[in-house]
Amino acid sequence: MKSVSLLLALGLGAAVIAAASCGGNPAPQNTTPAVDTAAENQRMRDSIAAAQADAERQAAAERDRIARQREADSIAALSRSSEEVRNTLAAVIHFDLDKSNVRSDDMGALDQKVAILQANPALRIRVGGHCDERGSDEYNLALGNRRAQAAKQYLVSHGIDASRIETQSWGEERPAVDGHDESAWSQNRRDEFEVISGGDNLRRP
Amino acid sequence: MMECVLAMGFLSIVPSFHLSAQDTTAIDRGVRIGIIYRPGVRPGLVMLPRMGGGLDSVRAMVARDLDYSDRFEVITLPGGDSIRLASPSSGTKGTGTRRPGSATAPNGAAQSSPSLNYPLYQALGADFALDVTAAGDTTVATLHDIAAAGIRRAVRVRLPRAGDPDFRQAVHRLADQALQAAIGTPGIAATRVLFVKEGKVYQIDQDGADQKLVSSTDRQAMSPAWGADGRHFAYMEFQAGKGWLYLQEMASGKRTAVSTTGSALDFTPAFSPDGQTLAFSRATEEGTDLYTINIKNNCCLRRLTVGRFSDNLSPTFSPDGQRMAFVSTRPGLPQIYVMAADGTDQQLFAPFDYGVTGSSNAPEWSPDGQSVAFHRDVAGTLQVFVLDVRTRTVRQLTSVGRNEDPTWAPDSRHLAFVSDRSGYRQLWIIDLDTGRIRPLLQQSGARLPAWSPRLSEAPSTTP
Repeated sequence: MKSVSLLLALGLGAAVIAAASCGGNPAPQNTTPAVDTAAENQRMRDSIAAAQADAERQAAAERDRIARQREADSIAALSRSSEEVRNTLAAVIHFDLDKSNVRSDDMGALDQKVAILQANPALRIRVGGHCDERGSDEYNLALGNRRAQAAKQYLVSHGIDASRIETQSWGEERPAVDGHDESAWSQNRRDEFEVISGGDNLRRP
Repeated sequence: MMECVLAMGFLSIVPSFHLSAQDTTAIDRGVRIGIIYRPGVRPGLVMLPRMGGGLDSVRAMVARDLDYSDRFEVITLPGGDSIRLASPSSGTKGTGTRRPGSATAPNGAAQSSPSLNYPLYQALGADFALDVTAAGDTTVATLHDIAAAGIRRAVRVRLPRAGDPDFRQAVHRLADQALQAAIGTPGIAATRVLFVKEGKVYQIDQDGADQKLVSSTDRQAMSPAWGADGRHFAYMEFQAGKGWLYLQEMASGKRTAVSTTGSALDFTPAFSPDGQTLAFSRATEEGTDLYTINIKNNCCLRRLTVGRFSDNLSPTFSPDGQRMAFVSTRPGLPQIYVMAADGTDQQLFAPFDYGVTGSSNAPEWSPDGQSVAFHRDVAGTLQVFVLDVRTRTVRQLTSVGRNEDPTWAPDSRHLAFVSDRSGYRQLWIIDLDTGRIRPLLQQSGARLPAWSPRLSEAPSTTP
């Protein structure tokens, strides 16, 4: 009895295997309706390609948009900081009566200008020396020259190439403040700093 | 004596002299103060009045020129032949025939000489009488010598019509000739002063008339300086961060840039007396130093000073061209130095007390070579000083307000300068002999005056 059931089991197993092997080979059956299947596939491939192209276009547009936004943001930021840098660069320094030495309270302002000049290698500036109205008109041209040279020497001694700095003296001819008292005079004894070239989009130090 | 008092009732003696006593009161250590005032040494001059004749403006100008010369006590008569002429017994002709228009004799001087009231003028203290009359289209200025009771000289000129651009200078030249006839020295009536106002160069006659713009650009200008011939001037102009020197012809206004200028800040030009050389200051990285350049051949730039730690500026030639006074900061503050015109033998010129005397600037050598005028800081403001070249002593001329940038008249006794004594800065003239001070131009902001040499007749406009 035991052997009959084993044979039966083997027979069943073989049948199962045979059946399994038969079912595991469907490809010859599928090739039977050949024309219809190829057209359907092509249509699907086209549709997928179109969808992909569409998505790519959208992605590219988005990338462009983001890139443009980023650029715009950075120019605005850049010019904002450029304006700030420019103001720092243009900050005047002042002098004592008939003196042309840089005052200790102005060295910080000059140090900032050194940093700006170092961060912007294309930047060239002009230092203009000015005097109050109390001295002699013509002597003040020489004194204004000394004042402009004093600032230039400070910048050069802190590593700025001398060829990047021009100097000029206005004597007492261009007062910053009208008036005939010490308050006006002290404001008029000054060096002004202006950009000659390389001043677009100044980088922050 | 009685006649004199009576006569004085009819007369006005002009001007009432404002002797600047206030300018002689200040005391400064080591400095001889004041002006030499010798009252009563000036000869009296009567300006003879004439009724009609169309020369009233000429007479007024001549009278003012002679007054401004500060060499006469100018006495004007109230007008009318009754005072001009002697009593009827001294002449057969009535006064009515003596009107200038009716003068028949070509010699305008002869007509009135016998009948002038010399005794009256002598009683008034007059040494001279000047009569300005017309003879046809000729104007005759007749100078009478009162003591000699006769004519010293008659000057005949053809004046341009009033309103002609040359009219005033021609009248000024006539006044100068009359002055020379009287005292033998040339006058300063036919001169002008250049000055700067609001960055522009202007000229003005020494009597304050005929102000005229001579700058030809809108750029800011400074430091006009006359050539010795009176036909050119030099000045500095700010341009592109530099100081440029220009030469300009007075008559044509044509200007040329001095060669080598434009590379630095060039300023305070000064002509040599022979007109060949221009000295100037140049500010560079090393400071300010003096240079000369040959302006006839546009060559030969020479550096005269090497300051390194001092500035050297504001050159002024001696009239013989051999020396140059200038400002140097080598003693710490600017002071007046002198050197040979080639830059050698540099030495202190105007003495000062170290640590006491203030800055000294703006020297100008007098045309007679004997003095150098400059201004010096005294107690925080500026005053005009004069250095005696021979003795090397200085005296202070001014003490009222701020006084600066003196410039010599060709007679070496008048100085024009800038003063705020009236409340704002304007141009004034001081006579060093009498101390008389008068305003030249009552406009605020005029500065940096430069007095011309004597101006001869304008050359023909074609070069």
